[in-house]
Amino acid sequence: MSQARPKVRTEPVQSATFSKAVNAEIRRAAETGIYDIRGGGSKRRVPHFDDLLFLGASISRYPLEGYREKCATNVTLGTRFAKTPIELAIPITIAGMSFGALSAQAKEALGRGATIAGTSTTTGDGGMTEEERGHSKTLVYQYLPSRYGMNPDDLRRADAIEVVVGQGAKPGGGGMLLGQKITDRVAEMRDLPKGIDQRSACRHPDWTGPDDLEIKILELREITGWEKPIYIKVGGARPYFDTALAVKAGADVVVLDGMQGGTAATQDVFIEHVGQPTLACIRPAVRALQELGMHRKVQLVVSGGIRTGADVAKALALGADAVSIGTAAMVALGDNDPRYEDEYRALGTTAGAYDDWHEGQDPAGISTQDAELAARLDPVLGGRRLANYLGVMTLEAQTIARACGKSHVHNLEPEDLCALTIEAAAMARVPLAGTDWIPGQTPI
Amino acid sequence: MTAELLDLAQTPLRDINAALQAQARGGNRTRWEIANPRGSHALAVGLDAPIEVTIRGSTGYYCGGMNKQATVRIAGSAGPGVAENMMSGRVIVDGDASQYAGATGRGGLLVVNGNAASRCGISMKGIDIVVRGNIGHSSAFMAQKGNLVVLGDAGEGLGDSIYEARLFVRGTVSSLGADCTEKEMRPEHLALLDRLLKDAGMDDARPDQFRRYGSARTLYNFNIDNASAY
Repeated sequence: MSQARPKVRTEPVQSATFSKAVNAEIRRAAETGIYDIRGGGSKRRVPHFDDLLFLGASISRYPLEGYREKCATNVTLGTRFAKTPIELAIPITIAGMSFGALSAQAKEALGRGATIAGTSTTTGDGGMTEEERGHSKTLVYQYLPSRYGMNPDDLRRADAIEVVVGQGAKPGGGGMLLGQKITDRVAEMRDLPKGIDQRSACRHPDWTGPDDLEIKILELREITGWEKPIYIKVGGARPYFDTALAVKAGADVVVLDGMQGGTAATQDVFIEHVGQPTLACIRPAVRALQELGMHRKVQLVVSGGIRTGADVAKALALGADAVSIGTAAMVALGDNDPRYEDEYRALGTTAGAYDDWHEGQDPAGISTQDAELAARLDPVLGGRRLANYLGVMTLEAQTIARACGKSHVHNLEPEDLCALTIEAAAMARVPLAGTDWIPGQTPI
Repeated sequence: MTAELLDLAQTPLRDINAALQAQARGGNRTRWEIANPRGSHALAVGLDAPIEVTIRGSTGYYCGGMNKQATVRIAGSAGPGVAENMMSGRVIVDGDASQYAGATGRGGLLVVNGNAASRCGISMKGIDIVVRGNIGHSSAFMAQKGNLVVLGDAGEGLGDSIYEARLFVRGTVSSLGADCTEKEMRPEHLALLDRLLKDAGMDDARPDQFRRYGSARTLYNFNIDNASAY
């Protein structure tokens, strides 16, 4: 008679395909019948600047002394047609974020911080506020498909005009500001009744292609006396062709926003599955500029997931003239701060993961129009924090540039880089570390 | 007072616009004529003074764009985007207007004495538009505020995803867009229409000949049960 053996159990294994997060989303979709809408940028891992490394100098290259020798960081944007180009002290700008999506205090803090640091802010989809104009020494006015709040007076009060054609989080997509964030002031600025969802169209209502865009830019220049640089912002999907067409349309500056770029609110499936990583977008855009003889004549501003001075230096080394930050600037102001953890928990999330910016309940008072929540953000302190952060990023970029022997951060070049992964090597078109191999360009 | 004459065959566009825009800074020349427009784009844009500008011929894109206070008469036809984002004042087109006429306009009056093509009044935000003839498809798409008056017929998809703008059509409507519906013509609408027709010089049309269209307001707040309409 055989003796019953104890049953041997295997270790429970979660499916990589049907992970906890995937299953939770399936359950949420089954319950609500609608896709997830959230703010922010792509959360999943994609090839990024972390996959590149700098090759500091030793014998074959001669470094500059880190704390003594000069490494300049200034940048001029809009040297092609504009009578008054933008002069910035650092090559890091603040990306467009709308009043409506952000509180007035947050917009003021962005202006204060950028001005201290010597750089520009950008309006966003909702018009120009006095807080923003009053506290931003250099302000870029976005000309968006929705045309909320658009008027010639604000065009003339701006220092540059950014024609937004696409956004990294949602190239090809529009937006929706839900009714709960539409206060009296937001409603008045946008010519819509309070409490109604406000749709931002995915395309401009009065032009339908690059030839029309060229004429639209002529109109904007004529209205503003050809004084202000015209930026064209595109989502990082077809960077070679979109950059070439932006140049053809008359851009002074091309703003290229990769898929890690944020948004106030759109479909999660859009954020995670449309567009290309920022890293993959830069070299095709630079190639387009070079082939047209316009590299450094039409400036390239890259955005989408820029976090550190290393990211800044890598983007510049790949050919950008400047970078732009949105999500990182919000974090610098205090977004997703662990000190509000109890409140994040009450909202069903945790500090660092809060992304329901469209609901207007941001405990940090940044992505909200709730007066009590917004009052939590001190614009002066927030501005100081942003300026500190921008200063640190700049110092980091300078440190790296000096180690590569550069007296200006713009002297960084692809030759200063290698890649940790084959994917990053192929996208950035720099050699895989320890080899001379650039996938697709040099033989193995 | 005779009009100041500007000739596009002799004077660059930039100089002509600069001369007109300078009236916002204390100029005293109130009447202007522009000769030989020959389809030029961005003509008489960004004006901000109570001046009268008559353009002798047809224009290209965006004539009268972002106008404030001025009266711009196009003695010809207008290209795409005439009076786009107008703030106040008047733009009058004696002939036909191409697509996007009055797009995103926030105030003032646009009068088209001929026909207007597709997307007339697209995303309008407070402008009044009066068209003697017909308008094309997708007109008043996502229209937010203001009034569109059409003495002729309207093409397909009129008022798609409309907000609070009011549409008045005397002729037929090929089809209404999502969330656009015919509405009752009440006394206040008849009075409004009477005023708009008189302002536009359409003395031969009577308010009681028109039908009113506007938003059914079913798409004002996102509801998954309306997904098929999105």
